[in-house]
Amino acid sequence: MSEAVFVVAAVIILAGAVGVVASRNPVHAALFLVQTLVGVAVLFVLNDAHFLAAVQVVVYAGAIVILFLFVIMLLGVDKAEELRVEPIFGQRPLAVVVGAALAAALATVVVAGADVLTGLRRAGGDRALDGEATDIERMGRVLFGEFALAVEITAALLTVAVVGAVILTRRSPRPEATEAPVSGDA
Amino acid sequence: MLDAAWLICAFPLAGFVVLLALGRRLGEPRAGWVATGAMVGAFVSSVAVFAALMGRDPAERRFVVTLFEWVPAGDFSVDAGLLIDPLSVTMALFVTGVGALIHLYAIGYMHGDGDFSKFFVYLNLFAFSMLVLVLGDSLALTFLGWEGVGVCSYLLISFWFTDEANASAGKKAFITNRVGDWGFMLAMFWAFGALGSVRYLDLFGGADSLSSTTATAIVILLFVGAAGKSAQLPLYIWLPDAMAGPTPVSALIHAATMVTAGVYLMVRVNPLIAVADGWAPDAIAWVGVATALFAAGAAMAQNDIKKVLAYSTISQLGYMMLAVGTGAYVAAIFHMVTHAFFKALLFLGSGSVIHALDGDQDMRRYGALRAAMPVTAATFIVGWLAIAGVPPFAGFWSKDEILAYAFDASPALWAVGIVTAVLTAFYMSRLVFMTFYGEARHGDDAHPHEPSGLMTAPLLVLAAAAVVAGGLNLPFTKHLHFLGSWLEPSLFANEAHLSLGGGAQWLLALVSMAGAAVGIAGAAAVYLQNRLPAERVEWPAAARAFYVDEMWTRFVGGPGRRAFEGVAAFDANVVDGAVDGVGRSVRTGGAWLRRVQSGFVRSYALLTAAGAVALLIWFLARASF
Amino acid sequence: MDLAGLSVGWYLALSVALFAIGGVGLLVRRNPLVMFMCVELMLNAVNVAFVALGAGLNDVGGQVAVFFVLVVAATEVVIGLALVVAINRRRAGATADDVTLLKG
Repeated sequence: MSEAVFVVAAVIILAGAVGVVASRNPVHAALFLVQTLVGVAVLFVLNDAHFLAAVQVVVYAGAIVILFLFVIMLLGVDKAEELRVEPIFGQRPLAVVVGAALAAALATVVVAGADVLTGLRRAGGDRALDGEATDIERMGRVLFGEFALAVEITAALLTVAVVGAVILTRRSPRPEATEAPVSGDA
Repeated sequence: MLDAAWLICAFPLAGFVVLLALGRRLGEPRAGWVATGAMVGAFVSSVAVFAALMGRDPAERRFVVTLFEWVPAGDFSVDAGLLIDPLSVTMALFVTGVGALIHLYAIGYMHGDGDFSKFFVYLNLFAFSMLVLVLGDSLALTFLGWEGVGVCSYLLISFWFTDEANASAGKKAFITNRVGDWGFMLAMFWAFGALGSVRYLDLFGGADSLSSTTATAIVILLFVGAAGKSAQLPLYIWLPDAMAGPTPVSALIHAATMVTAGVYLMVRVNPLIAVADGWAPDAIAWVGVATALFAAGAAMAQNDIKKVLAYSTISQLGYMMLAVGTGAYVAAIFHMVTHAFFKALLFLGSGSVIHALDGDQDMRRYGALRAAMPVTAATFIVGWLAIAGVPPFAGFWSKDEILAYAFDASPALWAVGIVTAVLTAFYMSRLVFMTFYGEARHGDDAHPHEPSGLMTAPLLVLAAAAVVAGGLNLPFTKHLHFLGSWLEPSLFANEAHLSLGGGAQWLLALVSMAGAAVGIAGAAAVYLQNRLPAERVEWPAAARAFYVDEMWTRFVGGPGRRAFEGVAAFDANVVDGAVDGVGRSVRTGGAWLRRVQSGFVRSYALLTAAGAVALLIWFLARASF
Repeated sequence: MDLAGLSVGWYLALSVALFAIGGVGLLVRRNPLVMFMCVELMLNAVNVAFVALGAGLNDVGGQVAVFFVLVVAATEVVIGLALVVAINRRRAGATADDVTLLKG
C-alpha cells in the first residue's frame, strides 16, 4: 500500500517540479509549485508527520503560493518568459552539467549509505517516535524544551522579516521628488 | 645624587622643548637665556654627579642608570640607560661647561638675527644629543646621539640657508658623515652578532672572548665612523666647509664637542682595541698623525680665519687619534679637554673679530686689531700660546704627553708629530700676527670695537681655563696625574705604559719647546718683519688643501657616480622590478578575475552550485565507504 | 532502516532528484519569481530528506528541522518578494539579468 502511495506521490512531486522549471508563465509555475507541495505533504503523512503535513498545506500551499500569485498580479509580470534564448553564454549547459553532477554526487551518498557522511544514530527518550504520544505532542515537547531558544530566535526573525518587508516596499517621501507625494498611495 | 644623572640630559631637552614651544614668543634675548640656563643646569648636574662619583671607591665608579626599555624586540632589547663612569662624566663636564659659555657668547653674537630663538632651539637639541652620545650605556644609544649631533650640525651649518653655499656645506657635512655612520652601524651589527648585545658593559665583559679578527673588524669599522665624525683623512672634507655656520656653532660643534665624539668613542671601546690585532691601533695612530700633518700643512696657507681654525681643529683631532692609536687614552682625553678650552676660545675670539669687522673673514683685510680689541686680543693670544705648545699653557702639557707616548711607540710617529707641532706654531702665529699685529688693512668704513660683556666674559673664562687646564695632568710625579688616576676605572688597565726615563722625557719636552719657538720665530720673520714674502710660504697646493676635495669630487662625480647609477639601476630594475612585478601580476590577475564578477546573479548561483559540488566531491573522496 | 516496507533510500533518491531539478531551474530561469519558486523546490527536497531520515532513525528531530525550514522559507519569501516589488517599482518587468550593478 505505502509503496504505491510513495510512487504516486513521487510522480506528482517530480512532475510538478519539472512544471515549475519549464512553464513559461509564472502563474502556471506557481500552480505547478502547489502540486509539488501537496505531494510533499502526502509524503509527510506517509511518514506519520501529520502536523507538518497540515502546516505544509496551510503555510506553503496556502500562504506562500498565494503571496507569489499576489505579487505576480500586483506587478503584472504574468507575461510569458522566452525560454528558448539564454542571454548568458554557456549558462544553460553548465547549469545542466552542475545539476547533474550535484545529483550524481548526492546519489552516490544515497547508494553508499547515508551514514557514510553523517554518522547517523538512532535517538531515544523524548525524541523517539515510537512512543505513545502523537507527533504534535512530541514536536511541542522538543520545540519548547530542547529548541526553546531557537524558537525564540525564530520569532525575532519573523519580526525582522515583517519590518524589513514593510521598509523595502514603503514609498519613502523623497525630498528631491518634484511632484508632491500622492496621499494614501503608500 | 647619582641616580639623578638623567638631569644632565634632561636640562637641555627641557630647554629644547620649551624653546620649541615658546621660543618665538620669548624672543630675544630671553630665548637665549633659557637655553643658557638649561646648559648651566646641566653643568651643575654634571658637577654634582662628578662630586658624587668622587665620593666613591675608584673600583665602584662605574654603573648604569637604566631609564626605560627603548627597543624591546624579542631576545634583542636595548635599554635606554646612562653609563656613568669617569670617562663619560669627564665628557659631560666639559661639554656642558664649554657649552654653557658658548651659549652665553651666542646671546651676544646672534643679537639681531631674525632666527634668534631657532638658533637656541638647535643649540639645546645639539647639547642634548651630545650628552646622550657620551652618557649612553650602549652603542645603540650612542649612535642615537651620534645621529642627533649630526642632524644638529647639519641644521646649524646651514643655519643661514638662504645662501646657497651654506646650504650645500650642510649637506656636504651630513652626507660625508653618513659614510662614517655606515662603518659605525656595521660595527654595531657585528658586535651584536658576536656578543648578542650592544651594551658597553657587555662588550667590555665579553671582549676577551672575541677572536682578534672580530675585534679588529669592529674596531676598524668604529674607526671609520670616528674618522667621519672626527674629520680624519680622508673624510675630513666636510669640516672646513662647516665653517659656513655661525661662529658659536663652529666653536661648540666643530671644535670643542661634536668632532671629539669619534675620539671619545675610540677611547670608550678601549677593551676592544686591546683585543684587536696590533695593526689596528697602528693604523689609527698613522691615520691620526697623517691627518695632523696634512691639516697643519693646509692651515699654513688659508686666508679665511675660520678655515685656519678649522684645519687646525682637524690637525689637533689627528693628535688625539694618534694618542688613541698609541694607547695613550688619558693623553687623548687630556688633549681633548684642553683643546676644547683653547679652540673654543680661539673660535669665539675669531667670532668677536668677525663681528667687529662686519662679517669679514679674510685675514688679509685684518691687522693691528690689538689696540681696538684689547680683551679679545689678550685672550686670543692666550689661546694661541696654548695651541702652539708654549709652556705653561694647557696645550703644551697635553700635546707633549701625546708626543711622548708616540715616541715610545715609534720614533717615526713622533717625528711627524713634532713637524706638525712646528707647523702648528707657525700657522697660529701667522693668524695672530695677521690679525692683531702689523698694519691695519681693513677699509676705512670698518670700525673694529670690543664686543659686549656677554661675549667677552666667556672669552675670559676660557682663557683662564686654557692657562691652567694643564694642571689636570702634570707629568712630574705620579701624584700629579689627576686625570690619569681619575680615568683609570674606564680604561681597564689598557693604557700604555711609558717606558721612557725622566731624562728622555725632559729631552722630548725641550725639543717640542724648541719646535714651538722655531714655528713662532718663522712666522714672525715672515709676517712681522717681512724678511720673506708671504707667497714663498703660502704654497698654492696647501691653500687648496692638497686637492683632496677635488679628488673626492672627481671620484664621486666620475666612477663613483657611475657606480651609484649602476646600483640605482639595479635597484630600479631588479629590486623594484621584483616588487612591481608582483604587484603588476596581481593587478593583471585581478583584472582577469574581475570578469567572473559579471553582476549576473545567475552566474554567481552557478559558481556557488559548482562550489557545492566540488565540496561534496571532496567530502566523498575523504569518506571511507 | 525500513519504514513501512520502504527503504529511506527511496525517499532520499526522490529528494536528490527534486533538489537537482530545483537547482537547475534556479540557474536557468530569469524571472525572479520563478527563481524563488525553484528555491522553494530545493527547500522541499531537503524537507523530504529530513522527515524520511527522522522516521528512519526514530527521531522527531527531523520534523523539528522541517519546522524551522518552513519558518525560514516563509521569511525568505517575504523579504524576497518585497525586493522584487521594490525592484519592479523602479524598472517594470525586470528580470534577474537586468540587475547587474553588483559586479567587479
